[in-house]
Amino acid sequence: MHPAGSVIVFTVASGLGFGLLTWLGLGLPDVRGWGAFWYYALGFGLAGGGLLASTFHLGNPQRFLKAFSQWRSSWLSREGCLAVVSMAVFGLFAIGAIFMSAIWQPLGYIGALLAVLTIFATSMIYAQLKTVPRWNHWSTPVLFMLLSLGGSGLLAMQGWPSMILLALAGVMQLVAWLSGDGRFESRGTNIGTATGLGVRGIVRAFEPPHTGNNYLLKEMVHKVGRKHAVKLRIIAFVLMILAPLGLLLISGTNLMFVVAAILHTMGTFAQRWLFFAEAEHVVGLYYGKR
Amino acid sequence: MTTLPKTTQKKLGLVIDLDTCVGCHACVVSCKGWNTENYGAPLSDQDAYGADPSGTFLNRVHSYEVQPEVGPAQLIHFPKSCLHCDDAPCVTVCPTGASYKRQEDGIVLVNEDACIGCGLCAWACPYGAREMDQAAGVMKKCTLCVDRIYNENLPEVDRVPSCVRTCPSGARHFGDLGDENSEVSKLVLARAGIDLMPELGTKPINKYLPPRPKDVAPEFDILAPYLEPVAETQKGFLGWLDKALEKI
Repeated sequence: MHPAGSVIVFTVASGLGFGLLTWLGLGLPDVRGWGAFWYYALGFGLAGGGLLASTFHLGNPQRFLKAFSQWRSSWLSREGCLAVVSMAVFGLFAIGAIFMSAIWQPLGYIGALLAVLTIFATSMIYAQLKTVPRWNHWSTPVLFMLLSLGGSGLLAMQGWPSMILLALAGVMQLVAWLSGDGRFESRGTNIGTATGLGVRGIVRAFEPPHTGNNYLLKEMVHKVGRKHAVKLRIIAFVLMILAPLGLLLISGTNLMFVVAAILHTMGTFAQRWLFFAEAEHVVGLYYGKR
Repeated sequence: MTTLPKTTQKKLGLVIDLDTCVGCHACVVSCKGWNTENYGAPLSDQDAYGADPSGTFLNRVHSYEVQPEVGPAQLIHFPKSCLHCDDAPCVTVCPTGASYKRQEDGIVLVNEDACIGCGLCAWACPYGAREMDQAAGVMKKCTLCVDRIYNENLPEVDRVPSCVRTCPSGARHFGDLGDENSEVSKLVLARAGIDLMPELGTKPINKYLPPRPKDVAPEFDILAPYLEPVAETQKGFLGWLDKALEKI
């Protein structure tokens, strides 16, 4: 799949943003007044900025209001609705915490639940697609949620909780990579089933329908960078998981949390780039490609 | 509403005969010609006369080589457009309700006025049937020529999809695949029509008729056996050369 910058920024930033809001809703840390202001500014900035970035790849973004209408069937619509509702709840919660030094805890819990559901809905946009076997697996939502909460735990300066979540995210990342590598083959979809001609012999794409490029090939048969996948996986894993864990084991100063959060975010960008670049869509089979 | 109808009154679709398709791409051209000036936004081209031309098409013809275990390889031309699936994954993922499947005839359509151009339906489609128009920023797909098949301003013979009307080899058939007595249903039954990627559970309406098995050419010349070479080993100079080279 084509790793579009806007979608990478969207999933990374809004994942961290809604994760941070979750921590704040749980009262971890319990911040009020100006201290709370900066936390909420960061949370809303990441969550809202990510959502804004996601509109950059739309063909007709001016019609975005319609995207809130199909929550009964569409994970993308659910994600939009949940994002707006949870940000509204946290807006109220933040007003209490910043301007009145009041923590309306039930509201915080509701907001935290909605924020976690938002992250889940984001991941399900990808995990629901049977056409992309690598994504179509339970490890996708689990990994998205662990990374969002673990990474934002660094922003919320939560030592052990975020370390445990990041360690679990590391394990889940390995599960996702190792199980994902063979899933395309194991699902049994190949050029033979795609054309229905597989029962007759060995099928080979002889001539493509068009000599030039097209939307399908640009969007779904992205191959650039797959050859560096192993190196990028190591870079992503070290920055996203190992470096933050190592830094926090050395010391738990505020500076360490900031450095760990920056490294983690950089690693997550690499991981998310790979998430798209390594994902293979079954439509490539019609072109004899993967 | 992007939930799918439980049942549709008709299941209009295409039956494509891979045995008779000659790969002329006339259906591709007629589809683009009709659909660029009728339903919805035109099918735009980018850099059409430049070094890197591309454009939006609703129907494309692939060609495959199939090598059976015995016998010569076979070349099969393979037209592909929207299969108007009964369980269309492109419809349910749509966040705006722009994508829908019609209850009355099962046609899957895009209401372009509601399409935000997110592209998720194209990701959800295993067949590559949806292409985002790069000029209009909305998703384009086969409409089964919904503006022809019910169009009483056209002569009756033209009230079929443009690709079907154009096909010079009669490889494309249009009809109600939900009616088991329809011509297309009988054709699918007689020729053991198949679904593409049935394992993905999309339940496509369009069917493909596999190529008929190739027959083996019979021995047509009764004298042929007498014309077979009788001498297996070389004689004379060539025979001497063969022996001499063997010894070296």
